[in-house]
Amino acid sequence: MKNKFWLALVAVLALGTAATLFFQQKNAQASSIGYPIGATVADFKLININGTAISLSDYKDKKGVIVVFTTNHCPFAKAYEERIIGLDKKYSSQNFPVVAINSNDASDYEEDSFDNMKKRANDKGYTFPYLQDASQSVARAFGATRTPHVFILRNDGGKFTVQYIGTIDDNYQDPSSVTKRYVEDAVNNILLGKPVVLTQTKAVGCAISWKDA
Amino acid sequence: MKSIITCLIVLLIVNTIIRAQQVKIVKWPEVQAILTQQSDTTYIVNFWATWCKPCVAELPYFEKIQEEYQTKNIKILLISMDFASEFTTRVVPFVAHKKLISKVWVLNEPDANSWIDKVNSSWSGAIPATLIFNNFKKKSSFFEQKLEYNQLVQEVGRFL
Repeated sequence: MKNKFWLALVAVLALGTAATLFFQQKNAQASSIGYPIGATVADFKLININGTAISLSDYKDKKGVIVVFTTNHCPFAKAYEERIIGLDKKYSSQNFPVVAINSNDASDYEEDSFDNMKKRANDKGYTFPYLQDASQSVARAFGATRTPHVFILRNDGGKFTVQYIGTIDDNYQDPSSVTKRYVEDAVNNILLGKPVVLTQTKAVGCAISWKDA
Repeated sequence: MKSIITCLIVLLIVNTIIRAQQVKIVKWPEVQAILTQQSDTTYIVNFWATWCKPCVAELPYFEKIQEEYQTKNIKILLISMDFASEFTTRVVPFVAHKKLISKVWVLNEPDANSWIDKVNSSWSGAIPATLIFNNFKKKSSFFEQKLEYNQLVQEVGRFL
């Protein structure tokens, strides 16, 4: 009788492990383009709207970085703009600032030109860098497809690893109707030294307009 | 002269109303019902928005398919991701101005994370995106990109 119990227990554990491995593999496949959860991000250097170059390695004294791929023109990005500013206000003082990156091909949308990026950041009082990814290499490396598209990076001793990929919350239309704050939940957990519970979410967004290959 | 102008205005209003009738705001279950419908109809479901340039550029292709394949069992559904708050000010006038003949819905379901995977698990959520399916034939294709007309014709051909 006792033997049977242990046999059953081992079987259940083995099945559970197999299922976990299977699903992890499935997840990895789904995000095979760009960084999957847990991946180490390669350092990058981009020009900020004030003309200075900013690298990810400049943030090695921070606990992490909230990277937001965004644009000037996209209505989804506009709807989230105040919330992105809010995230930086809330978390930069806790050493977890926002870095915004515009990877859109400005020849498709004049609104996304470098000059218009400067103007937008000044008008809205961005408290965080707004970088231009002119070659689009950073968006490609991350696997960013739409705007806004958030990647939360945790600083693991100078190495930045991806802990969350997705959207800011569960209501792009109306901030007052939000019930799930995905990015805040993720950052809060990281700050507490806990793993992020929901690591990936999806949202409708404007496709990043790629330069013709 | 005055009566002609009045007449024209009335016609314009009536036209707008008729047009407006084919555009409506829907919730997810209505989209789900189409996606899971068991019939031999081939559906082309396109996710777009009035302010999305590549989306607007490909709309005429769907319209052309709708017209050219009238005798075939094909239905087009254009699902707009415009904000519901801009339905009357933006979407309805846009559909009227472009004289769209395809069915247009505005999906007002802001928690997109809850339904994107149900459209297609490979969809990241970027628009334009197009799903072609025929549940009777158990076939479907999904594209997270702007389609060209020839590409669309070729793809639709696989479903006939």
